[in-house]
Amino acid sequence: MPSMPIQPVLAALRRHRLAMLLITIEIALACAVLCNASFLIVNRLQQTQLVSGVDEAALAQISLGGFDPAKASDLNARVLEGVGRIPGVESVSVINAVPFGDHAGTAGITLEPASQKSVGVIDFYVAGPGAFAAMGLRVVAGSPLRPDDFPPVVDFVPQDSSVLITRALAEHLWPGADPLGKEFWCDKRHFRVSGVLDHLARPGGGEGAAQTREWSAFLQAQPGEHLAGTYLMRAAPGKLQSALREVRERMATIAPDAVLNTESTKTVGDLRDSYFRDDRLMAGLLVGVICALLLVTALGIVGLTSFWVQQRRKQIGIRRAIGATRADILAYFQTENFLIVSGGIAIGMVLAFALNIALMNYYELPHLPLFYLPVGALVLWILGQLAVLGPAMRAAAVPPVVATRTA
Amino acid sequence: MFAYYLDLAIRSLRRNQVLTALMVLAIAVGIGASMTTLTVVHLLSGDPLPGRSGTIFFPQVDPTPTTGPNSQPRDMMDYRSAMDLWSAKRADRQTLVTGISLKLTAPQLNQPPLMASVLTTTADFFPMFSVPLRYGRGWTAEDDAQRGRSVVISSDLNAKLFGGADSTGRTLRLNGVDVRVVGVLGNWRPSPQFYEVAGGRFSEGKTASFYARPEQVFMPFSTAREIAPDRFPVFTCWGTPGPDLQVSPCVWVMLWVQLNDPSKVGDYARFVAGYAAQQKTLGRFVHADNTRVMSLMQWLDFNRVVPSDTQLQMWLAFAFLLICLCNTVGLLLAKFLRRGGEIGLRRALGASRRAVLAQFLVEAGMIGLLGGIGGWLLTLVGLWVIRSQPVEYADLVHLDATMLLITFLLALAASLLAGFLPALRASRVAPGLQLKTL
Repeated sequence: MPSMPIQPVLAALRRHRLAMLLITIEIALACAVLCNASFLIVNRLQQTQLVSGVDEAALAQISLGGFDPAKASDLNARVLEGVGRIPGVESVSVINAVPFGDHAGTAGITLEPASQKSVGVIDFYVAGPGAFAAMGLRVVAGSPLRPDDFPPVVDFVPQDSSVLITRALAEHLWPGADPLGKEFWCDKRHFRVSGVLDHLARPGGGEGAAQTREWSAFLQAQPGEHLAGTYLMRAAPGKLQSALREVRERMATIAPDAVLNTESTKTVGDLRDSYFRDDRLMAGLLVGVICALLLVTALGIVGLTSFWVQQRRKQIGIRRAIGATRADILAYFQTENFLIVSGGIAIGMVLAFALNIALMNYYELPHLPLFYLPVGALVLWILGQLAVLGPAMRAAAVPPVVATRTA
Repeated sequence: MFAYYLDLAIRSLRRNQVLTALMVLAIAVGIGASMTTLTVVHLLSGDPLPGRSGTIFFPQVDPTPTTGPNSQPRDMMDYRSAMDLWSAKRADRQTLVTGISLKLTAPQLNQPPLMASVLTTTADFFPMFSVPLRYGRGWTAEDDAQRGRSVVISSDLNAKLFGGADSTGRTLRLNGVDVRVVGVLGNWRPSPQFYEVAGGRFSEGKTASFYARPEQVFMPFSTAREIAPDRFPVFTCWGTPGPDLQVSPCVWVMLWVQLNDPSKVGDYARFVAGYAAQQKTLGRFVHADNTRVMSLMQWLDFNRVVPSDTQLQMWLAFAFLLICLCNTVGLLLAKFLRRGGEIGLRRALGASRRAVLAQFLVEAGMIGLLGGIGGWLLTLVGLWVIRSQPVEYADLVHLDATMLLITFLLALAASLLAGFLPALRASRVAPGLQLKTL
């Protein structure tokens, strides 16, 4: 900041209280909206960064409906055989759900058998042979499930099974303890933790907080009447889309008795895109609002400062005539702008917090982290200085001879 | 006088076109953003049954064995409670509602099978919700009792399968069973799809799906129970569901009632509470006092049907408009006070302060009108962008006459508000001082 005595600037501002007040309010509002909107953008974009834990680029979901449950095993066999023959397909397996697809095995669990004391609602991935390898899940502790153990499904999971749970779920159920070998129940169904997965996002939304997005358990079961209709196809990343097109064409001959659900027969990448579409849209919109807001604020500063410069042409001329340099005049307007913007920022920070609290009441939002405030302030200071530069330069260009004229 | 001020305003606005354009643009963008978002919120928070919603009620009970201290009645009912309350016929009209998805084939038509969205309900559904029928009629109470093979289809499905012709009497195959079309809906697009709203408070504000189009097929609940007993989705269970949902510890059916007279509402609420108490003595309910009868609009509010992002966008847009207004006040102040000489001259020639104030307000109003036109165009663009988005309510989005009027009123009010302070300042200019500097 140029060295400029603040006293005369303040004295002059006192004569323009209304205009000064307006810019201050404008800056304060801009500061409040800027901080909160940036926070919302970061919040939304963070949500879209969710790690699914599976090889998204190589996987697709095939979803069938309308078939006779009594002939489900036959349907499974036909789909596995028919889709497996499509060029580029590495594997196809039966599963109940995929990340970002429709949820299928959502249930509350307890740490005691047949208890009513739920410790959380989680999602069960129930997978047939081959699905574990296809998904590309990473086991970080314990051992993967036995490759030959596929118990029959009773209603939506087997009566008794070994499961892999995510690190997030293990930390929730047994904080700080070793989850391996621990047990949990869903009504009378029993589960024993055999291993811990690095990541595995549940199909749909969580239970409120962000960390619940990974409350999933993975287990194996025999495909059949209660496990049919949803398939996981793995293909070489470059060939996934063409394989999926082929699936759409051939399904009428592979499974004439079923209806292909075109909405959910997509690559996991596409399912992810549509899952986060609203969040990306909202983030984009907020960026637009911020740009428009900064532009309007800058234009307001340009407009008012231009007016002040014009109003003070004579005074500027006098100052120049009695020895002020161009740099002094420039510094004067820059200091003035800095003071006004600083005042606006001071009020704006309080407003930003008030707005944040109001937003927290209505939306699942954490507190506004403090570092947004200095960043917002810096942006507004720079904006103010840039906006004032044009009119200030025009002021600096006022020749000293103006002082000798009457108006 | 007004015409003269108008002329003065136009001259003044022309004199500094860049500044005028900036002010008009700021108002237009602010109004455009606010009106686009306000229109969407207005459309989404409207009454789906204008004039009738006050007579429609949603009874709730709590069949769960354990609940926390602050627990609400369940969003749907178990089969037995729903059937008991429905068959008691204690309201003027009552209907059961639950949605399923079934394979649909049209035997005589050369169309591939499709998964049809099916609403299983009862005969009262059509008169109760004033559902318009283009051809035929709804089914009768007898069809409900006899599990009649009668269905009503939507106009979209009718257009897709039968080219929009009168298809009453034609046969469709649902889940492998032949059913007869008895009616075809007219143009019916309730916003939201109120009769299936439930669980809104668990959806984290992502409630756009409440604005989906009505189902493709409507069939008697009893018939659907017979031809596709295993296809019904559950809302939630508190134990392991058995093979038969009818006796499972799950809620999955909704009950709506019509009570034509406000005095009947209390009676009906007491009837539901009495039913729950009776079920408690039978040992089927634990929480007899946890019942509730909300009106349709109360139920929609309770479920927070308007997506939270849409509301957030509206608040943002209004904050933006406020900033635009501050900006306009500042620019108008600069513009008006720059004309101190002109004001001084007018005052010296006899114009009153009031006249000067009026002159500048006309100029501010002029900017508001231009901003309103710009804002209206930008609103149309904004709504067009929303219509092209893949959201459930895209087809509902349009600018109605009320919102068009509000656009201009808002622009005018905003600019007059913005212009008042600068105009007041301008009218206070001391004539003598200004004349001296001329």
